Amino acid sequence: MADLRLTIDGRQVVVAQGATILEAALDAGIYIPHLCHHPDLKPVGICRLCMVEVAGRGMTLACLAPAEDGMVVKTESQQIDKVRRVALELLLVNHPGDCLTCAKNNRCQLQRIAAYVGVSPQRFARLRRTEKTLPPDDSNPFFLFDPNQCVLCGICIRTCDEIVGANAIDFAFRGFQTMVSTLSGRWVESSCVSCGECVVRCPVAALVPKRYQQPQHEVQTVCPYCGVGCTIYVGIRGGRIVAVGGDRQSPVNQGRLCVKGRFGHDFVHHPDRLTTPLVRRDGQLVPVAWDEALELVARQFDQYRGDAFAAMSSARCTNEENYLMQKLVRAVLGTNNIDHCARLCHSPSVAGLARTLGSGAMTNTIQDIAQSRCIFAIGTNTTAAHPVLALKVVEAVRRGAKLIVANPKHIDLDRHATLRLQHQPGSDVALLMGMARVIAEERLYDAEFIARRTVDFDAFRASLERFPLEFVEQATGVPRQHIVEAARMFANHKPASILYAMGITQHTHGTDNVLAISNLALLTGNLGIPGGGINPLRGQGNVQGACDMGALPNVLPGYQRVDDPQIRSKFEAVWGCTLPPGPGLALTEMFDAMLRGQIKAVYLMGENPLLSEADAQHAERALRQLDFLVVQDIFLTETARLAHVVLPAASSAEKDGTFTNTERRVQRVRKAVDPPGEAKPDWWIICQIAQRLGASGFSFSHPQEIMSEIASLTPIYGGMAYQRLEPQGLQWPCPSMDHPGTPILHTQRFATPDGKARFVPLDYKPPAELPDDEYPLLLTTDRSLYQYHTGTMTRRVEGLEVLDGQERLCINPHDAAAMQLADGQQVIVRSRRGRVMVRVKVTSSCQPGVVSLTFHFAETPTNVLTHAALDPVAKIPETKVCAVRIEPLDGPPQPGLHQQITDTTSCAGR
Amino acid sequence: MQESLEAVFGRFQGRSEELIPILQQVQEHFGYLPKEALRAVADFTRVPESRVYAVATFYAQFRFRPIGRQHIMVCRGTACHVRGAPRILQELEKQLGIKEGETSADLEYSLETVACIGACGLSPCVMVNRQVQAKFTPQKAAQLVRRSDSAAASQTH
Repeated sequence: MADLRLTIDGRQVVVAQGATILEAALDAGIYIPHLCHHPDLKPVGICRLCMVEVAGRGMTLACLAPAEDGMVVKTESQQIDKVRRVALELLLVNHPGDCLTCAKNNRCQLQRIAAYVGVSPQRFARLRRTEKTLPPDDSNPFFLFDPNQCVLCGICIRTCDEIVGANAIDFAFRGFQTMVSTLSGRWVESSCVSCGECVVRCPVAALVPKRYQQPQHEVQTVCPYCGVGCTIYVGIRGGRIVAVGGDRQSPVNQGRLCVKGRFGHDFVHHPDRLTTPLVRRDGQLVPVAWDEALELVARQFDQYRGDAFAAMSSARCTNEENYLMQKLVRAVLGTNNIDHCARLCHSPSVAGLARTLGSGAMTNTIQDIAQSRCIFAIGTNTTAAHPVLALKVVEAVRRGAKLIVANPKHIDLDRHATLRLQHQPGSDVALLMGMARVIAEERLYDAEFIARRTVDFDAFRASLERFPLEFVEQATGVPRQHIVEAARMFANHKPASILYAMGITQHTHGTDNVLAISNLALLTGNLGIPGGGINPLRGQGNVQGACDMGALPNVLPGYQRVDDPQIRSKFEAVWGCTLPPGPGLALTEMFDAMLRGQIKAVYLMGENPLLSEADAQHAERALRQLDFLVVQDIFLTETARLAHVVLPAASSAEKDGTFTNTERRVQRVRKAVDPPGEAKPDWWIICQIAQRLGASGFSFSHPQEIMSEIASLTPIYGGMAYQRLEPQGLQWPCPSMDHPGTPILHTQRFATPDGKARFVPLDYKPPAELPDDEYPLLLTTDRSLYQYHTGTMTRRVEGLEVLDGQERLCINPHDAAAMQLADGQQVIVRSRRGRVMVRVKVTSSCQPGVVSLTFHFAETPTNVLTHAALDPVAKIPETKVCAVRIEPLDGPPQPGLHQQITDTTSCAGR
Repeated sequence: MQESLEAVFGRFQGRSEELIPILQQVQEHFGYLPKEALRAVADFTRVPESRVYAVATFYAQFRFRPIGRQHIMVCRGTACHVRGAPRILQELEKQLGIKEGETSADLEYSLETVACIGACGLSPCVMVNRQVQAKFTPQKAAQLVRRSDSAAASQTH
């Protein structure tokens, strides 16, 4: 479409079709006073300040009027001034005039407009000012709402509605009493998700962060939390992080952040940070100098070369660090016993999708999700675990997309769902194959795509015979008509995107679940197209990168198999070593190997298996049996307390490197502040240990040099170099320095040897442990928006603790009534493996017979309950399903109880 | 509360345009709109809870605190005003120890004013639990309070 040319105040202005007069003016650097306009939001024209005159038409609101070709606009005239002045004075009448001491001083839009329009002291003195003394709401730990400062522009309300989809606030009351309010008036008691998107958009001081200091300078980096990998600006003053904001130019988050990303950075400066190496002497961990600690570690590691050694790498460390860790383990210590927490989250995705598509990562981009016509979100509590990605789902729904939410629990995303399927935990294969069967029977599949780009369709189709809808209905608990409806909705709205997370993978049939998802997407031809795809949402910030870097027992960097001699010789030539030929042990297998005495020494970086491992007591027994355990972390975690040597690491705010987010985008992590005390970046520590073991190839002075080595050995990272990652990163595969990166996978061919995707016939397998008479309830695990993983970081952020600082056992009202349990009552949850004490939360978010816990809280170590039965392919434990019973506890909590369960709880709640 | 709400919701389909009638029936049942009930209405109609609150607070007919067993409304229409409504209100406030718009701590009395009851011929009027009391006076105000207090006392004994 042709651009529009118009004249504003005698200047020629060119804008794209669809722009308003206000946008045209602001684009051209012509200021028109405005208060309720925000570029991210639909215009509403309620502040009446942007009045302009259009030749031949008279006065109009610049924010609402579309720019037209040939339009002649005046922004100044006597009449405009009069209207604007009245609108401004009506606002000033109700606004405190305490600008100098106001939190928004110098950054306030009202102040700017008053300065622009000009208000005389005489006139201001004559205004009949109202005395507004409404009580401010300070219930939210991160920001303050002061209705007396509010100008009722509605930007916060529209942000919460249009962008966040939380709809926590609206205009309440009427007339002079009109104010922005949540349901109860108290923000923490509402559906507010504390993301602060309203706070950053508030033009005045009605919504301000409680703690704010103007930063001295800002550093662009990546959020340390989930796999969405939002780009953030860290504001620094006096060597400390004082503010964090989103990067509006970022293709990942467009400036948006969640509560953790915006407010959850206090852990960086927390007094609990490890500041010096610790070595165990006479049972106590005592501080020592780096040299001593490193010497000891190298000397000990030297004795356990080969398969007596194992390393657990970290999805919170950079690509460069993960690369070095696996290089150390393979090239220096001579074993493939390396793994990381991806084993516990998306190993079935890596295994399953590699089998069917040739590549086990998210096929499409985050931005792409907004283009979908149908989104099928299964086994993902997206708004809690990937909040900023969930905004894309909300955006798609606002654009008219259908949203199918399949989750055993009633989750927040359900509010936006077109269709909600609440299936039984562990019945995913039945549900997905049931949908596939409907699509096959009703011939809604994409025959052309299947013929051209896939193989094994007939075998798959035959296996659908094993999923008659009566059976599917009975296995899933979802009414048959809903399954049919979901199948039709998914098949008839193309492009359709599938989002999934731990609800799919953390099962003994996790790989089958992933294969079933793959089948469904292939059946409908939803791969290789914008808005479609299979999108496993990765958990930790750099879990994608840790996998890419080969922190896995069976593959070298870039998923190059260790059992391929050609691949090995390529690495051997560069690394100058002989590599072990067979795959090593998976994380979940390592603990058994420790108990058998096969693994004697472990190097653990940025992981906390004592809380994250299924059947955690088993993991604890294993770790206690080791001859030598080194834990490298930023805090003295529950696991670090068992270590022989603890090495203090730098957090991601204190070092350079790269993270790869869930959409395969490699982004720069930049050093913002110095590490505390003697803490050092993980890459430096690994290099020191390697060098003390006599290895060459570890003399790096900057992570940039490590990335060059990665690029030279890893085809999918072949084009990665720091200067190319400015400013927005690159998505792999990026094989060469002139390659632009790959936003969407499989557009022409699949990454399989023959270029075709595979259908896989499947059978239904129930979970390994289902409720019985002795343990009558099914326990599933989920996540809280306000906590992250085992809480080592988030539990050291005071405000997050205020918002959600305690574990709760969610239980359906009917079950609670049958057991005579009241909300808030203490109970013991017991499984065949252990027990925890917890307070009950009665909520219909759980279906009858199902209870749920998170695993964020050390004082309620949920994973002592969970079942370590493994998926045979991916070796992931079934943390989503186990059988438990509940024993009511009368009287006050018994403080000694947890000590009996595990002695790690001494550090409970820090 | 759950059962009462389900009974109310049973008469509706959960469409957003049913919001106001649903709120009216919920208030009819509880005497006011409890916070938890508003959340349930939001869930049922799939209208965001903040918008349910926005709608409810817009209309004077909806209340957010429990109402007293004796719901006294003093008419302040023109006719009642000129015939002494302000003094009646003053006396009621004194007798009850609460201000206009408040409910006594024991939930016995709520005192409100209304613009016009529509019984100007009988002015000044007061409405107690939907019963119009005609030709009201400050003396009657004191009697009204004493009468219902002794009635309440005899009930409890």
